[in-house]
Amino acid sequence: MIWDLFIAPFAEFGFLRRALIGCLALSLSAPPLGVFLMLRRMSLTGDVLAHGILPGVALGFVVAGLWMPALALGGLIAGLIVALGSGAIARATGGREDAALAGLYLTALAAGVALISWKGSAVELTQLLFGSVLGVDDAALLLMGGAATATLLFLAVAWRPLILECFDPSFAQAVGVRGSVWHLGLLALVVINLVAAFQAVGSLMAVGLMMLPAIGARHWSREVGGLVSASVGLALAATLIGLLASYHADLPSGPAIVLAAAALWIVSLILGPVDGLLARHRQRPHLEG
Amino acid sequence: MNPAELRIRDLTVAHGRRPAVHHVSFALKPGAMMAVVGPNGAGKSTLLRAIAGLHAPASGRIEGVARGQIGLLPQQAALDRSFPLTCRDAVLFGLWAESGAFRATPRPERVDSALDAVGLHGFARRPVGSLSSGQFQRLLFARLLLQDAPIILLDEPFNALDARTATDLLAVMRRWHGEGRSILAVLHDLDLVRREFPETLLLARECIAVGPTEAALSAENRLRARMMSEAWTEGAEACAA
Repeated sequence: MIWDLFIAPFAEFGFLRRALIGCLALSLSAPPLGVFLMLRRMSLTGDVLAHGILPGVALGFVVAGLWMPALALGGLIAGLIVALGSGAIARATGGREDAALAGLYLTALAAGVALISWKGSAVELTQLLFGSVLGVDDAALLLMGGAATATLLFLAVAWRPLILECFDPSFAQAVGVRGSVWHLGLLALVVINLVAAFQAVGSLMAVGLMMLPAIGARHWSREVGGLVSASVGLALAATLIGLLASYHADLPSGPAIVLAAAALWIVSLILGPVDGLLARHRQRPHLEG
Repeated sequence: MNPAELRIRDLTVAHGRRPAVHHVSFALKPGAMMAVVGPNGAGKSTLLRAIAGLHAPASGRIEGVARGQIGLLPQQAALDRSFPLTCRDAVLFGLWAESGAFRATPRPERVDSALDAVGLHGFARRPVGSLSSGQFQRLLFARLLLQDAPIILLDEPFNALDARTATDLLAVMRRWHGEGRSILAVLHDLDLVRREFPETLLLARECIAVGPTEAALSAENRLRARMMSEAWTEGAEACAA
Protein backbone atom coordinates (compact mmCIF):
# COMPACT_ATOMS: atom_id res chain seq x y z
CA MET A 1 0.00 0.00 0.00
CA ILE A 2 2.61 2.50 1.12
CA TRP A 3 4.89 1.21 -1.61
CA ASP A 4 2.20 1.67 -4.24
CA LEU A 5 1.27 5.13 -3.04
CA PHE A 6 4.64 6.72 -2.36
CA ILE A 7 7.47 4.67 -3.86
CA ALA A 8 6.22 2.80 -6.91
CA PRO A 9 5.65 5.85 -9.14
CA PHE A 10 9.26 6.97 -8.72
CA ALA A 11 10.63 3.42 -8.87
CA GLU A 12 8.85 2.68 -12.10
CA PHE A 13 9.18 5.89 -14.07
CA GLY A 14 12.50 7.56 -14.81
CA PHE A 15 10.89 10.82 -15.93
CA LEU A 16 9.16 11.13 -12.56
CA ARG A 17 12.46 10.57 -10.75
CA ARG A 18 14.06 13.34 -12.81
CA ALA A 19 11.21 15.71 -12.05
CA LEU A 20 11.46 14.83 -8.36
CA ILE A 21 15.22 15.42 -8.16
CA GLY A 22 14.98 18.67 -10.12
CA CYS A 23 12.09 20.05 -8.08
CA LEU A 24 13.70 19.01 -4.79
CA ALA A 25 16.83 20.94 -5.85
CA LEU A 26 14.74 24.02 -6.60
CA SER A 27 12.92 23.54 -3.29
CA LEU A 28 16.25 24.22 -1.60
CA SER A 29 16.90 27.46 -3.49
CA ALA A 30 13.66 29.14 -4.61
CA PRO A 31 11.90 29.47 -1.21
CA PRO A 32 14.81 31.31 0.49
CA LEU A 33 14.69 33.84 -2.38
CA GLY A 34 10.95 34.05 -1.78
CA VAL A 35 11.58 34.79 1.90
CA PHE A 36 13.83 37.72 1.00
CA LEU A 37 11.30 39.03 -1.54
CA MET A 38 8.61 38.80 1.14
CA LEU A 39 10.77 40.62 3.70
CA ARG A 40 11.34 43.39 1.16
CA ARG A 41 7.57 43.66 0.67
CA MET A 42 8.09 42.47 -2.90
CA SER A 43 5.99 39.29 -2.73
CA LEU A 44 4.32 40.13 -6.04
CA THR A 45 7.61 40.85 -7.83
CA GLY A 46 8.25 37.12 -8.26
CA ASP A 47 4.91 36.84 -10.01
CA VAL A 48 5.74 39.73 -12.29
CA LEU A 49 9.13 38.25 -13.20
CA ALA A 50 7.51 34.87 -13.87
CA HIS A 51 5.25 36.53 -16.42
CA GLY A 52 8.19 38.55 -17.67
CA ILE A 53 10.17 35.46 -18.77
CA LEU A 54 7.30 34.23 -20.95
CA PRO A 55 7.92 36.25 -24.15
CA GLY A 56 11.58 35.18 -24.05
CA VAL A 57 10.58 31.54 -23.67
CA ALA A 58 8.07 32.04 -26.49
CA LEU A 59 10.70 33.56 -28.78
CA GLY A 60 13.00 30.63 -28.01
CA PHE A 61 10.13 28.31 -28.89
CA VAL A 62 9.37 30.14 -32.15
CA VAL A 63 13.03 29.93 -33.18
CA ALA A 64 13.94 26.44 -31.97
CA GLY A 65 10.79 24.61 -30.89
CA LEU A 66 10.69 22.83 -27.51
CA TRP A 67 14.48 22.83 -27.22
CA MET A 68 15.57 23.53 -23.67
CA PRO A 69 18.66 25.75 -24.09
CA ALA A 70 16.83 28.15 -26.43
CA LEU A 71 13.82 28.35 -24.12
CA ALA A 72 15.98 28.95 -21.05
CA LEU A 73 18.17 31.57 -22.70
CA GLY A 74 15.15 33.44 -24.04
CA GLY A 75 13.46 33.34 -20.63
CA LEU A 76 16.59 34.51 -18.84
CA ILE A 77 17.09 37.50 -21.13
CA ALA A 78 13.42 38.54 -21.01
CA GLY A 79 13.27 38.17 -17.21
CA LEU A 80 16.37 40.30 -16.71
CA ILE A 81 14.97 42.96 -19.07
CA VAL A 82 11.75 43.14 -17.01
CA ALA A 83 13.67 43.19 -13.69
CA LEU A 84 16.00 45.98 -14.81
CA GLY A 85 13.49 47.73 -17.07
CA SER A 86 10.89 48.36 -14.38
CA GLY A 87 13.47 50.08 -12.18
CA ALA A 88 14.77 52.10 -15.13
CA ILE A 89 11.27 53.20 -16.21
CA ALA A 90 10.35 54.18 -12.65
CA ARG A 91 13.57 56.21 -12.25
CA ALA A 92 13.36 57.87 -15.67
CA THR A 93 9.74 58.98 -15.30
CA GLY A 94 9.58 59.53 -11.54
CA GLY A 95 6.71 57.04 -11.36
CA ARG A 96 6.19 54.15 -8.99
CA GLU A 97 8.07 50.93 -9.61
CA ASP A 98 5.02 48.73 -8.94
CA ALA A 99 3.09 50.55 -11.67
CA ALA A 100 5.95 50.04 -14.14
CA LEU A 101 6.11 46.35 -13.16
CA ALA A 102 2.38 45.91 -13.72
CA GLY A 103 2.62 47.53 -17.15
CA LEU A 104 5.56 45.37 -18.17
CA TYR A 105 4.18 42.07 -16.98
CA LEU A 106 0.79 42.50 -18.66
CA THR A 107 2.57 43.32 -21.90
CA ALA A 108 4.93 40.36 -21.45
CA LEU A 109 2.17 37.85 -20.70
CA ALA A 110 0.07 38.90 -23.70
CA ALA A 111 3.10 38.91 -26.02
CA GLY A 112 4.19 35.49 -24.77
CA VAL A 113 0.82 33.82 -25.22
CA ALA A 114 0.37 35.43 -28.65
CA LEU A 115 3.81 34.23 -29.82
CA ILE A 116 3.30 30.66 -28.64
CA SER A 117 -0.22 30.48 -30.13
CA TRP A 118 1.15 31.79 -33.42
CA LYS A 119 3.65 28.96 -33.93
CA GLY A 120 2.52 26.22 -31.60
CA SER A 121 -0.44 24.06 -30.64
CA ALA A 122 -2.70 24.29 -27.60
CA VAL A 123 -0.82 21.33 -26.09
CA GLU A 124 2.49 23.16 -26.34
CA LEU A 125 0.95 26.34 -24.91
CA THR A 126 -0.38 24.40 -21.92
CA GLN A 127 2.99 22.72 -21.44
CA LEU A 128 4.89 26.02 -21.45
CA LEU A 129 2.41 27.77 -19.16
CA PHE A 130 1.73 24.97 -16.69
CA GLY A 131 4.63 22.55 -17.04
CA SER A 132 5.01 18.88 -17.77
CA VAL A 133 7.03 16.31 -15.88
CA LEU A 134 7.84 14.79 -19.22
CA GLY A 135 9.70 17.97 -20.07
CA VAL A 136 12.54 17.42 -17.61
CA ASP A 137 15.37 16.22 -19.84
CA ASP A 138 19.10 16.20 -19.01
CA ALA A 139 19.54 19.84 -19.92
CA ALA A 140 16.61 20.87 -17.74
CA LEU A 141 17.90 18.81 -14.82
CA LEU A 142 21.35 20.35 -15.10
CA LEU A 143 19.82 23.82 -15.20
CA MET A 144 17.76 23.11 -12.08
CA GLY A 145 20.77 21.77 -10.20
CA GLY A 146 22.94 24.63 -11.39
CA ALA A 147 20.38 27.27 -10.41
CA ALA A 148 20.03 25.73 -6.94
CA THR A 149 23.80 25.61 -6.45
CA ALA A 150 24.33 29.19 -7.62
CA THR A 151 21.51 30.42 -5.38
CA LEU A 152 22.82 28.70 -2.26
CA LEU A 153 26.32 30.07 -2.89
CA PHE A 154 24.92 33.58 -3.41
CA LEU A 155 22.86 33.41 -0.22
CA ALA A 156 25.89 32.26 1.77
CA VAL A 157 27.78 35.34 0.57
CA ALA A 158 24.91 37.85 0.59
CA TRP A 159 23.16 36.75 3.79
CA ARG A 160 24.26 39.55 6.12
CA PRO A 161 24.22 42.39 3.54
CA LEU A 162 20.71 41.41 2.38
CA ILE A 163 19.39 41.35 5.95
CA LEU A 164 21.05 44.64 6.91
CA GLU A 165 19.96 46.39 3.71
CA CYS A 166 16.41 45.22 4.30
CA PHE A 167 16.26 46.14 8.01
CA ASP A 168 18.02 49.50 7.89
CA PRO A 169 19.00 50.72 4.40
CA SER A 170 20.53 54.02 5.61
CA PHE A 171 22.79 52.27 8.07
CA ALA A 172 23.77 49.70 5.44
CA GLN A 173 24.75 52.47 3.03
CA ALA A 174 26.61 54.37 5.75
CA VAL A 175 28.79 51.32 6.58
CA GLY A 176 29.50 50.76 2.88
CA VAL A 177 27.08 47.96 1.95
CA ARG A 178 26.22 48.38 -1.72
CA GLY A 179 22.55 47.55 -1.37
CA SER A 180 21.61 47.92 -5.02
CA VAL A 181 24.24 45.38 -6.10
CA TRP A 182 22.93 42.71 -3.71
CA HIS A 183 19.37 43.57 -4.67
CA LEU A 184 20.09 43.10 -8.38
CA GLY A 185 21.86 39.82 -7.58
CA LEU A 186 18.74 38.68 -5.75
CA LEU A 187 16.47 39.60 -8.67
CA ALA A 188 18.78 37.90 -11.18
CA LEU A 189 18.67 34.67 -9.16
CA VAL A 190 14.88 34.90 -8.89
CA VAL A 191 14.77 35.00 -12.70
CA ILE A 192 17.24 32.10 -13.01
CA ASN A 193 15.21 29.96 -10.58
CA LEU A 194 11.98 30.73 -12.42
CA VAL A 195 13.55 29.82 -15.76
CA ALA A 196 14.97 26.60 -14.30
CA ALA A 197 11.58 25.65 -12.86
CA PHE A 198 9.39 26.31 -15.86
CA GLN A 199 10.02 22.99 -17.67
CA ALA A 200 8.72 20.99 -14.74
CA VAL A 201 6.06 23.27 -13.30
CA GLY A 202 5.40 25.80 -16.08
CA SER A 203 6.18 29.48 -16.35
CA LEU A 204 2.96 30.59 -14.65
CA MET A 205 3.31 28.12 -11.78
CA ALA A 206 7.06 28.40 -11.13
CA VAL A 207 6.60 31.31 -8.77
CA GLY A 208 4.26 29.22 -6.59
CA LEU A 209 7.12 27.05 -5.38
CA MET A 210 9.02 30.26 -4.51
CA MET A 211 6.39 32.35 -2.74
CA LEU A 212 3.87 29.99 -1.10
CA PRO A 213 6.43 28.20 1.12
CA ALA A 214 7.94 31.60 2.01
CA ILE A 215 4.57 33.01 3.00
CA GLY A 216 3.69 29.85 4.95
CA ALA A 217 7.05 29.94 6.76
CA ARG A 218 6.05 33.24 8.36
CA HIS A 219 3.89 31.23 10.76
CA TRP A 220 6.70 28.99 11.96
CA SER A 221 9.51 31.37 12.94
CA ARG A 222 10.34 34.92 13.99
CA GLU A 223 13.92 34.88 12.69
CA VAL A 224 15.25 35.02 9.14
CA GLY A 225 17.17 31.76 9.55
CA GLY A 226 14.09 30.00 10.87
CA LEU A 227 11.96 31.42 8.06
CA VAL A 228 14.36 30.09 5.43
CA SER A 229 14.54 26.62 7.04
CA ALA A 230 10.76 26.42 7.37
CA SER A 231 10.21 27.57 3.78
CA VAL A 232 12.59 24.93 2.46
CA GLY A 233 10.84 22.25 4.54
CA LEU A 234 7.43 23.28 3.23
CA ALA A 235 8.68 23.35 -0.38
CA LEU A 236 10.28 19.89 -0.14
CA ALA A 237 7.02 18.49 1.22
CA ALA A 238 4.95 20.30 -1.43
CA THR A 239 7.16 18.92 -4.22
CA LEU A 240 6.78 15.33 -3.00
CA ILE A 241 3.04 15.57 -2.35
CA GLY A 242 2.42 17.49 -5.58
CA LEU A 243 4.28 15.07 -7.85
CA LEU A 244 2.50 12.09 -6.28
CA ALA A 245 -0.87 13.80 -6.67
CA SER A 246 0.03 14.65 -10.24
CA TYR A 247 0.79 10.97 -10.93
CA HIS A 248 -2.16 9.39 -9.11
CA ALA A 249 -4.83 11.96 -10.11
CA ASP A 250 -3.41 12.65 -13.57
CA LEU A 251 -3.00 16.39 -12.98
CA PRO A 252 -0.43 18.67 -14.65
CA SER A 253 2.63 18.74 -12.41
CA GLY A 254 2.81 22.53 -11.99
CA PRO A 255 -0.66 23.14 -10.57
CA ALA A 256 -0.37 19.95 -8.45
CA ILE A 257 2.84 21.12 -6.76
CA VAL A 258 1.52 24.65 -6.30
CA LEU A 259 -1.76 23.34 -4.86
CA ALA A 260 0.21 21.18 -2.43
CA ALA A 261 2.21 24.26 -1.41
CA ALA A 262 -1.03 26.19 -1.02
CA ALA A 263 -2.47 23.44 1.21
CA LEU A 264 0.65 23.58 3.38
CA TRP A 265 0.34 27.38 3.53
CA ILE A 266 -3.25 27.06 4.77
CA VAL A 267 -2.18 24.48 7.35
CA SER A 268 0.56 26.90 8.49
CA LEU A 269 -1.92 29.75 8.59
CA ILE A 270 -4.16 27.76 10.94
CA LEU A 271 -1.70 25.74 13.03
CA GLY A 272 1.51 27.80 12.92
CA PRO A 273 2.74 29.03 16.30
CA VAL A 274 3.57 32.54 15.00
CA ASP A 275 0.41 34.55 14.28
CA GLY A 276 -1.44 31.37 13.30
CA LEU A 277 -5.23 31.50 13.69
CA LEU A 278 -5.30 28.88 16.46
CA ALA A 279 -2.40 30.47 18.32
CA ARG A 280 -4.11 33.85 18.16
CA HIS A 281 -7.40 32.35 19.29
CA ARG A 282 -5.75 30.72 22.28
CA GLN A 283 -4.05 33.98 23.28
CA ARG A 284 -7.20 36.06 23.31
CA PRO A 285 -8.44 35.36 26.88
CA HIS A 286 -4.95 36.16 28.11
CA LEU A 287 -5.00 39.54 26.29
CA GLU A 288 -8.46 40.31 27.63
CA GLY A 289 -7.35 39.41 31.15
CA MET B 1 38.80 59.25 21.29
CA ASN B 2 40.24 61.93 19.07
CA PRO B 3 37.98 62.92 16.19
CA ALA B 4 39.18 65.24 13.46
CA GLU B 5 37.50 68.58 12.91
CA LEU B 6 34.47 68.17 10.66
CA ARG B 7 34.34 71.02 8.15
CA ILE B 8 31.33 71.71 5.96
CA ARG B 9 32.21 74.14 3.15
CA ASP B 10 29.53 75.81 1.04
CA LEU B 11 27.48 72.62 0.99
CA THR B 12 24.41 72.33 -1.26
CA VAL B 13 22.39 69.10 -1.29
CA ALA B 14 19.47 68.71 -3.67
CA HIS B 15 16.52 66.34 -3.97
CA GLY B 16 16.19 66.28 -7.75
CA ARG B 17 16.51 69.96 -8.71
CA ARG B 18 15.18 71.27 -5.42
CA PRO B 19 17.88 72.26 -2.93
CA ALA B 20 17.24 70.90 0.56
CA VAL B 21 20.44 72.36 1.98
CA HIS B 22 21.71 75.55 0.36
CA HIS B 23 25.31 76.88 0.64
CA VAL B 24 25.83 75.87 4.26
CA SER B 25 29.24 76.25 5.91
CA PHE B 26 30.26 75.46 9.49
CA ALA B 27 32.80 73.46 11.47
CA LEU B 28 32.31 70.91 14.22
CA LYS B 29 35.38 71.05 16.44
CA PRO B 30 36.80 67.83 17.94
CA GLY B 31 34.73 66.92 20.99
CA ALA B 32 32.10 69.59 20.28
CA MET B 33 28.42 69.08 20.95
CA MET B 34 26.20 70.95 18.49
CA ALA B 35 22.43 70.99 18.00
CA VAL B 36 20.85 71.42 14.56
CA VAL B 37 17.59 73.33 14.88
CA GLY B 38 15.11 74.63 12.31
CA PRO B 39 11.56 74.45 11.01
CA ASN B 40 10.16 71.35 9.28
CA GLY B 41 11.66 70.91 5.83
CA ALA B 42 14.68 73.01 6.77
CA GLY B 43 17.09 70.33 5.55
CA LYS B 44 18.25 69.12 8.97
CA SER B 45 17.98 65.40 8.24
CA THR B 46 19.35 65.90 4.73
CA LEU B 47 22.39 67.66 6.18
CA LEU B 48 23.05 64.73 8.54
CA ARG B 49 22.55 62.20 5.76
CA ALA B 50 24.95 64.11 3.49
CA ILE B 51 27.61 64.14 6.21
CA ALA B 52 27.10 60.39 6.72
CA GLY B 53 27.69 59.87 2.99
CA LEU B 54 24.12 58.82 2.20
CA HIS B 55 23.41 61.78 -0.07
CA ALA B 56 25.94 63.14 -2.55
CA PRO B 57 26.36 66.94 -2.38
CA ALA B 58 25.34 68.95 -5.44
CA SER B 59 28.22 71.29 -4.64
CA GLY B 60 30.53 72.14 -1.77
CA ARG B 61 32.70 69.88 0.36
CA ILE B 62 32.59 67.83 3.53
CA GLU B 63 36.08 67.56 5.00
CA GLY B 64 37.64 65.75 7.91
CA VAL B 65 35.70 62.49 7.88
CA ALA B 66 36.39 59.04 6.57
CA ARG B 67 34.02 56.10 6.35
CA GLY B 68 33.83 54.30 9.68
CA GLN B 69 34.39 57.50 11.65
CA ILE B 70 30.73 58.44 11.65
CA GLY B 71 27.91 56.83 13.60
CA LEU B 72 24.43 57.82 12.43
CA LEU B 73 21.23 57.41 14.41
CA PRO B 74 18.53 57.41 11.72
CA GLN B 75 14.90 58.34 12.30
CA GLN B 76 12.89 55.27 13.27
CA ALA B 77 10.62 55.67 10.25
CA ALA B 78 13.60 54.80 8.03
CA LEU B 79 13.82 51.29 9.52
CA ASP B 80 11.67 48.21 9.07
CA ARG B 81 10.68 47.62 12.69
CA SER B 82 8.71 44.48 11.85
CA PHE B 83 11.78 42.74 10.41
CA PRO B 84 12.28 39.25 11.90
CA LEU B 85 15.51 39.91 13.78
CA THR B 86 16.49 39.44 17.42
CA CYS B 87 17.75 42.43 19.40
CA ARG B 88 21.15 40.74 19.63
CA ASP B 89 21.47 40.42 15.85
CA ALA B 90 20.23 43.98 15.26
CA VAL B 91 22.82 45.41 17.66
CA LEU B 92 25.53 43.13 16.29
CA PHE B 93 25.42 45.13 13.05
CA GLY B 94 27.14 47.91 15.03
CA LEU B 95 30.30 45.81 14.69
CA TRP B 96 30.02 45.73 10.88
CA ALA B 97 33.39 47.49 10.49
CA GLU B 98 35.01 44.46 12.18
CA SER B 99 32.79 41.65 10.97
CA GLY B 100 31.75 42.75 7.47
CA ALA B 101 29.71 40.30 5.49
CA PHE B 102 31.62 37.12 6.36
CA ARG B 103 33.97 37.35 9.33
CA ALA B 104 33.07 36.11 12.78
CA THR B 105 32.69 38.87 15.34
CA PRO B 106 35.47 39.09 17.90
CA ARG B 107 34.20 39.29 21.51
CA PRO B 108 30.45 39.10 20.78
CA GLU B 109 29.81 39.53 24.53
CA ARG B 110 30.18 43.25 23.81
CA VAL B 111 26.61 43.08 22.47
CA ASP B 112 25.31 42.12 25.90
CA SER B 113 27.21 44.93 27.63
CA ALA B 114 25.87 47.42 25.07
CA LEU B 115 22.30 46.20 25.70
CA ASP B 116 22.91 46.49 29.46
CA ALA B 117 24.27 50.01 29.04
CA VAL B 118 21.07 51.26 27.39
CA GLY B 119 18.76 49.53 29.86
CA LEU B 120 17.82 46.53 27.69
CA HIS B 121 19.23 43.83 29.98
CA GLY B 122 17.74 40.44 29.08
CA PHE B 123 16.41 41.60 25.71
CA ALA B 124 19.03 39.83 23.56
CA ARG B 125 16.71 37.13 22.25
CA ARG B 126 13.58 39.28 21.94
CA PRO B 127 12.42 40.01 18.36
CA VAL B 128 12.82 43.70 17.47
CA GLY B 129 9.17 43.72 16.34
CA SER B 130 8.08 43.32 19.97
CA LEU B 131 9.82 46.49 21.19
CA SER B 132 8.05 49.76 21.98
CA SER B 133 9.31 52.94 20.27
CA GLY B 134 11.31 53.83 23.37
CA GLN B 135 12.89 50.39 23.63
CA PHE B 136 13.66 50.47 19.92
CA GLN B 137 15.43 53.81 20.35
CA ARG B 138 17.48 52.27 23.19
CA LEU B 139 18.36 49.45 20.77
CA LEU B 140 19.64 51.93 18.17
CA PHE B 141 21.73 53.63 20.85
CA ALA B 142 23.20 50.23 21.76
CA ARG B 143 24.21 49.74 18.12
CA LEU B 144 25.85 53.18 18.15
CA LEU B 145 27.73 52.23 21.33
CA LEU B 146 29.23 49.23 19.53
CA GLN B 147 30.08 51.30 16.46
CA ASP B 148 32.41 53.30 18.66
CA ALA B 149 32.56 56.17 16.13
CA PRO B 150 34.42 59.40 16.96
CA ILE B 151 31.73 61.54 15.30
CA ILE B 152 28.10 60.82 16.17
CA LEU B 153 25.13 62.17 14.21
CA LEU B 154 21.73 61.89 15.91
CA ASP B 155 18.50 62.52 13.97
CA GLU B 156 15.78 63.49 16.46
CA PRO B 157 17.13 61.15 19.13
CA PHE B 158 14.66 62.04 21.90
CA ASN B 159 11.45 62.45 19.90
CA ALA B 160 8.31 60.77 21.21
CA LEU B 161 10.10 59.12 24.14
CA ASP B 162 8.81 58.87 27.69
CA ALA B 163 10.70 60.93 30.29
CA ARG B 164 12.57 57.94 31.72
CA THR B 165 13.86 56.76 28.34
CA ALA B 166 14.82 60.31 27.32
CA THR B 167 16.77 60.77 30.57
CA ASP B 168 18.60 57.45 30.16
CA LEU B 169 19.54 58.12 26.54
CA LEU B 170 20.58 61.68 27.36
CA ALA B 171 22.97 60.17 29.89
CA VAL B 172 24.43 57.93 27.18
CA MET B 173 24.91 61.00 24.95
CA ARG B 174 26.65 62.91 27.78
CA ARG B 175 28.94 59.93 28.26
CA TRP B 176 29.92 60.05 24.57
CA HIS B 177 30.63 63.75 24.94
CA GLY B 178 32.70 63.07 28.04
CA GLU B 179 34.77 60.55 26.07
CA GLY B 180 35.70 63.31 23.62
CA ARG B 181 33.47 62.34 20.72
CA SER B 182 31.93 65.05 18.52
CA ILE B 183 28.13 65.10 18.51
CA LEU B 184 25.78 66.72 16.00
CA ALA B 185 22.10 66.26 16.83
CA VAL B 186 18.87 67.35 15.13
CA LEU B 187 16.47 68.48 17.86
CA HIS B 188 13.12 70.21 18.23
CA ASP B 189 13.02 70.82 21.98
CA LEU B 190 14.68 74.24 22.38
CA ASP B 191 14.74 74.00 26.20
CA LEU B 192 16.72 70.78 25.89
CA VAL B 193 19.05 72.42 23.36
CA ARG B 194 19.72 75.38 25.69
CA ARG B 195 20.31 73.05 28.65
CA GLU B 196 22.57 70.46 27.01
CA PHE B 197 24.17 71.87 23.88
CA PRO B 198 26.86 74.57 24.02
CA GLU B 199 26.60 75.23 20.26
CA THR B 200 23.72 75.40 17.81
CA LEU B 201 23.29 75.54 14.05
CA LEU B 202 20.01 77.23 13.09
CA LEU B 203 19.06 75.95 9.65
CA ALA B 204 16.35 76.98 7.17
CA ARG B 205 17.86 75.37 4.09
CA GLU B 206 20.45 78.13 4.45
CA CYS B 207 22.48 78.62 7.57
CA ILE B 208 20.70 81.33 9.61
CA ALA B 209 23.13 81.28 12.51
CA VAL B 210 25.81 79.05 13.97
CA GLY B 211 27.70 79.45 17.24
CA PRO B 212 27.02 79.60 20.97
CA THR B 213 23.46 78.39 21.57
CA GLU B 214 22.03 81.51 23.28
CA ALA B 215 23.17 83.82 20.49
CA ALA B 216 22.19 81.44 17.68
CA LEU B 217 18.70 80.97 19.12
CA SER B 218 17.98 84.68 19.60
CA ALA B 219 14.39 85.76 18.92
CA GLU B 220 15.55 87.64 15.84
CA ASN B 221 17.32 84.59 14.35
CA ARG B 222 14.35 82.33 15.01
CA LEU B 223 12.06 84.80 13.26
CA ARG B 224 14.41 84.91 10.29
CA ALA B 225 14.45 81.10 10.13
CA ARG B 226 10.67 81.01 10.08
CA MET B 227 10.41 83.66 7.37
CA MET B 228 13.13 82.03 5.33
CA SER B 229 11.41 78.66 5.29
CA GLU B 230 8.08 80.26 4.36
CA ALA B 231 9.74 82.18 1.53
CA TRP B 232 10.92 78.95 -0.13
CA THR B 233 8.45 77.51 -2.56
CA GLU B 234 8.42 73.91 -3.68
CA GLY B 235 9.32 75.05 -7.20
CA ALA B 236 12.42 76.95 -6.11
CA GLU B 237 15.55 75.70 -7.83
CA ALA B 238 19.16 75.88 -6.83
CA CYS B 239 20.86 79.12 -7.73
CA ALA B 240 23.22 79.04 -10.70
CA ALA B 241 26.28 79.33 -8.44
